[in-house]
This record gives sequence, C-alpha cells and structure tokens, in this order.
Amino acid sequence: MSRCSEAPRAVVSPKGPGVVAVAGVYAALVAVLVALPVLAAEPKAAPKYGFGQAPTAEQVAAWDIDVRPDGKGLPPGRGTVAEGQAIYDVKCASCHGTFGESTDYMAIAGGVGSLKTDQPMRTTGSKLAHATTLWDYINRAMPFTNPKTLTPNEVYALTAYVLHLSDILPADAALDRESLPKLKLPNRDGFTTDHGFMRRDGKPDVMNTLCMTNCGGEVRLSSEYPDYARDSHGNLAEQTRDLGPVEGTGASRGTRSGSTVAAAGAPATAAPAKPAAAADPAAMVKQAGCTACHAVASRVVGPGFREIAAKYAGDGSAEAKLAAKVRSGGVGAWGQIPMPPQAQVKEADARTMVQWILGGAK
Amino acid sequence: MPDQTPVPGRIRLAPEPPTPPDGGRRGFLRRAAALSGGVVAAGAALAPARAAAEDKTALVPDWSKTLGAPVLTAPYGVPSRFEASVRRRESPGLTRTPHSSVSFTPLQNLFGIITPSGLHFERHHAGIPDIDPFAHRLMVHGMVKAPRMFTMDDIIRFPSVSRVHFIECGANTGMEWGNVAVPTVQFSHGMLACSEWTGVLLSTLLDEVGVDRKAAKFVLAEGSDGAALTRTVPIEMALDDVIVAYGQNGEMLRPEQGYPLRLLVPGVQGVSSVKWLRRIEVGDQPWYTREESLHYVDLLPGGVHRQFTWIQEAKSVITSPSGGQVILDKGYHQITGFAWSGRGKIRRVDVSTDGGRNWRTAKLQEPVHTKSLTRFRIDWNWDGGPALLQSRAVDDTGYVQPALRQLRAVRGTRSIYHNNAIQTWRVEATGEVSNVQVL
Repeated sequence: MSRCSEAPRAVVSPKGPGVVAVAGVYAALVAVLVALPVLAAEPKAAPKYGFGQAPTAEQVAAWDIDVRPDGKGLPPGRGTVAEGQAIYDVKCASCHGTFGESTDYMAIAGGVGSLKTDQPMRTTGSKLAHATTLWDYINRAMPFTNPKTLTPNEVYALTAYVLHLSDILPADAALDRESLPKLKLPNRDGFTTDHGFMRRDGKPDVMNTLCMTNCGGEVRLSSEYPDYARDSHGNLAEQTRDLGPVEGTGASRGTRSGSTVAAAGAPATAAPAKPAAAADPAAMVKQAGCTACHAVASRVVGPGFREIAAKYAGDGSAEAKLAAKVRSGGVGAWGQIPMPPQAQVKEADARTMVQWILGGAK
Repeated sequence: MPDQTPVPGRIRLAPEPPTPPDGGRRGFLRRAAALSGGVVAAGAALAPARAAAEDKTALVPDWSKTLGAPVLTAPYGVPSRFEASVRRRESPGLTRTPHSSVSFTPLQNLFGIITPSGLHFERHHAGIPDIDPFAHRLMVHGMVKAPRMFTMDDIIRFPSVSRVHFIECGANTGMEWGNVAVPTVQFSHGMLACSEWTGVLLSTLLDEVGVDRKAAKFVLAEGSDGAALTRTVPIEMALDDVIVAYGQNGEMLRPEQGYPLRLLVPGVQGVSSVKWLRRIEVGDQPWYTREESLHYVDLLPGGVHRQFTWIQEAKSVITSPSGGQVILDKGYHQITGFAWSGRGKIRRVDVSTDGGRNWRTAKLQEPVHTKSLTRFRIDWNWDGGPALLQSRAVDDTGYVQPALRQLRAVRGTRSIYHNNAIQTWRVEATGEVSNVQVL
C-alpha cells in the first residue's frame, strides 16, 4: 500500500444538492482502463456463473426504497404540515416530544443556525442538508417499533411537519415529490469532504512524529477518572479475569469482587454465573422496549413504574386493564402523550410485566 | 528488600471487607509484604473461598477422583463457569433503548487477535432481526447489465475467500474527546473486534451482474432489519476487498453480527459493514442517507461537519495492564495490547511507561494481516513506582498514531468520531491502574 498524497481527491460541491465532482479519481481509473483494453471491455453478455434470478419489476419496486438528494426514488404523494402534526402526535411524540424537543434521542427540532456558535445544538433541523435524507429515513425506519408502515402521503406529511417544528417550513406548507428535493435547508453548506478519510491513500490531517527519547516537555495530567465514579460501570472487580498478574479493582477500593465475598466459605474459587431466570420481568420490560419511555422511579416520556403502581394500588381490575393497554395503546391517563400500541408483546408476557410493575417494579 | 522479589503470575488478594477507611490495598500490600516477606501466607490473608481452593491444591483435588461430565454435555460448548466475568457490557446511560444501542467487547480479557464471536461488540439500530436464511435474498441492481436476486444457496456457491479483518465503530473512544469518561478499556475501546470473515468478494457479484465500470461511482448497501440501515460505499473499495460475508470464525455469522449475510468493508468505520444485508444498488452519486448525514459526520470547530469520513486511521491501545485493574506484584510483567489501521498493515508499535517521554519498540505477533488487529507485546519490569503507560502505532503508510492534543488542535473536542489518540493508563504505587489523559 503506497501512499500517493498527490492524488486528486473526491470533492463534493457545497452548492448543488448531491452534486459530486469526483475529479481525477475516475479520470485515473479511466486512464488505467484505456491502458489495459482487456479490462476496459464491457462485461460479457452472459454472466460467468449464472446463479440467481432476475428480479421481477414488482420485487424491484418493493425493495428499491432509497431516495437520493436529486429526488430519484421519491414516489408520488403529497402531505401537509397539518396532516403531519396529526400523525406525529399519535405516532412520534411519545419518543420525540410534542415539539420535537426531546433529547432522549437526537432532538429533531430547534438549534437551527447554532452549529457555528459556541453552543452548537445537534438536531435534525440544525444538521440536515437534504430533505430527502429525512423522507428516506422516516419511510424506512420510523416509527421505531413499527417501521415501514407509513404511506407515502404520511411520510410527506411527517417530513413537512418535522421541518415546520424547526421553523424551516411555514404552517401552511405541503410537500410532494417535485417540491421536496428543491427545498434549500439552512445547513446545506454545512458539510465538507475536503479530508483524507474517503480514500485509503487519503492525506491524514494530523501526524505524530517518531521521537524515541526525551520527547516533549514535562508530562502533565489533564484529566483522570474520578474516584467517586469508580463503580459507574459496575463492579470492576468482576470485569477482569482473576487469573494472571492483574485483576479487577473493587467497587469499594481495595476489596475483592462482590462475587467472591458472597461465596465466602463456599468450595468454589469464584461464583459461577447465575443461570438466567425463566421469566425475569425486569429483563422482559427492557427486551420489549418499555424502558425507552418508562423508568422505574421517575417519569421519562411516560410515567415511572412506581407511579403506576401507586396510582392503581388496590384496584383489582388494574392488571387486566393495563395488560390490555400495553398491547392496544392508550392516552389520557397520564397526560396527552399517547402510549403507542405494542401489539408484538404476547398477552401472557404483558400480564407478567404488569404484575411486576404493579408490585413496585422490584 | 524481600518484597521486590519478582514472582511472575502470582495472585495476591485484597483483604476482606470491612476495609479500614484509610487502609485499602496500599495498606494491605505493605502489611502483607512485612508479614510474609513477599509471599502471602495462604489462609492468613486470603479470602476464605480462595484459601479453601488453595488448600485443596496441596491434596488430590476432587475433580481428579471422580468422573467428569460426558461428551455432549454442551453440544455447542460454552466457556468454563469460572469465566463468567468475560462478557459484553453496556455503558450505563449511553442509550435510551437497548434496541438501538451498543455493547462493548471485553478487550481486557482477550488473547491473540481473534475476538470470539460471542464477544464481538454489538451495535444495532433497531434490534436483532430473526432471519430465516431460506427466505433471505440479496438483490444486486442499479447501474448493472443484469440485476439479480440471489438466495443464500447462490451466495455460498460463489468462489469464497476468508480474511482476517477488524471492525471498529467510528464512534469508538468517542466519549473521550474532551476528558476521561469511562473507567476501563472495555468501554473506552471496546467497539472493536477482529474476526476471520468468509464470504464472496463484492467484486465477484458486481462482475456477475455486469456492473457498469465506467459510470458506477458508488454502491448503496442496505440491511433488512427494522432500520433498513443504508450506507454509501465508494466503487473503488467495492471492487477491491469488500466481502459479502456469511462466515465468522469458522461458523455462520451470529444473529447479532448480521445472520445470514453482512457486508464487510475492511478498514472502514463499522457502520458501513451493513448487517442483515439485503440489497446492493450501484449508482453514480452518494445517497446522503441518515447514517452518513445526521450521524457518522464529524463536527469541526466552526460548525462544519466532515462527511463520508470512512477510513479508520491507525490506532493502538494497551489492554493489560489497563484501567480498572490492579497489578498484584512488582517485577516482571508483559505489557500487551492491540494495534490496527484501516489503511493497511501495522508496521510497528512503540510503548512508553513514562507518559510519552521515552519509547521502546514492541514485538508484533506474526503474521500481521492487513486492516486487522495486530497483537503487540513488550517486557516490563515494574519497580512499584508510578507509571504512565502508552502505546503508539505506525502503519505501513508511515502514519504515526497521534496524541490527543494533536487531534484536538485540528478537530476540537466535539467531533465524536475517529478518536484514534494515544491512550494513557496511570499505574499508581498501589498497583491500581486507571484511565487518565496527559498533555
């Protein structure tokens, strides 16, 4: 692998959306191909191996969902900001916040123009350069628990509403396949490819030297892991194998791992792994994605589990009612942010988790 | 001094709780050394469980006086129950949902260069799909003569290659741009793994469908998970060493690594190695997908983002001794760790024990593969004093791994991705090793 720092680099024009001038690289490739006419020949009509089937037009249409900045790939359809709000409040606000402000996930609204300031806010609104990126992502990946269920009209509407939340589109705006790729977003000039990371022989921006003795000045510590945070990532004594010349350092300084303490007097040298419980409701709640919006003690997007337990204490019908609500969704009991339906959760599992929640989530 | 006698590999235990408020390990080490002349007296100072075990070693152990478990006790096989500490872990509070999250490889416990498949870090954007390989298809289309749908049977029938490559998440060490943020190498560098990958070269598939070599400039790779994650890959890499992989370390991919099919883009940030691969489209422009526009872009001072920052530059880290560990004895120790480069092979690794003032060159484990983890090792005699351990990688382009201050001078502290700075571990006189940064 020889480095060729003189090689021209691929550059993306900051002006036109998605216009890529790949000067030089492909010219060089073409030059090579011209020099080697055998390689430059078109591939033979017959495939070499002949494996696979030609996809049907229907298959291509169903699978080829990507959308480029020039609008290639956008289906027909249309949606307004107002239509988008109606969908957003039901399907999106529970995670992203009513105004797109929630930072539980990357905030989608606000911060436009802030990236060049001392307090940059990383949001969809502040970072986005092409509206097609937003359309494509909502279409393929949202809502988080039920992706690929939105119609093209709904995706146009949601794209319009999300851009409206960042004051990029007015309240009476609508988007369709013609207008969406033409939108000029505030951060359209906010990206550069003038760097060495696109090519294996790209030029690094930082280069150290190979000094071997008496390098640099006095060594000064600039940051260290604080002692009070020692157990922030669990008991470190249990995170390094005990065999060998080093071992993990204890959560409380100078003590061995909790597992060894717990096993004191037992014949084994280390506590064996606990077999996974058949039904661990805490794990089930995590597995089902409930903890995306609910914490045990405190309110996140939805109420904390203990708040729920307190509210329904003594209510004999609560278990059946809440288990059904997990699967069908609901709104109003804790405010106007709806809980989306979780139909993928089995009824028996919903019951188990609700029992655990009503029992105080212990 | 008797306590300076080197005793390689001997395990010394910390005292049992309650620990004296001012005591801790340092006091214990001093007392133990004074009492025993450097050799801890079994029973007197050891935790009861381990003391009991050590007593047994003097007799005929139980396991040699009885039948062991029969074959097929575990038809697939699992690690010894005493290896329970060796597992992937989440960094608390890093993500809101475990379905779009990351778990970290326990680098501190690995030997050699291959990451056991079950310890390969995870990064999913919408959970792990449960894919039926008989129903799975790969579509290759776009600027090609003859688009194709391939079954897994088709894919496996093509000529295969097996190659050792690392995968590193672009955000590995991303939490440490501004200051020390995590205690151990598992969390600071554990979005890193290395496997022997088996599959068909993407170039084989592209030629099979008759890629338009003149017009094609990029390919789009798409997953079939809920996120249908998409990334743009430049055609020169696609036609070079990119693998459409179904095998990992001798078996089929694990579900969390993309079963039954994934892309493997050697040397490029992990997100490009799209898992659960279902589609390759050939085109003449990048797609500017969400994972290359809103994420995996590097914010520079001044507010501009670098985009398409694909390559993972040369980097290294010492895994033993490393943060969150205690060195138990003075005397001989081997300092060891990993080095890797997305631009080629590791040529050399230097190690410093004084915070980068003086360096010695480590031994590299052979053979050194391209775009692969490379194991380095160097002898060290710990004199019991404070030390600052660092490693510095050099790849075969001549690139030298930078210091954090050099990276910050160009990129500031907010770029998240591509932090390949030299890592520093502080060793205290107590033997405790912790994560620090130096200027």
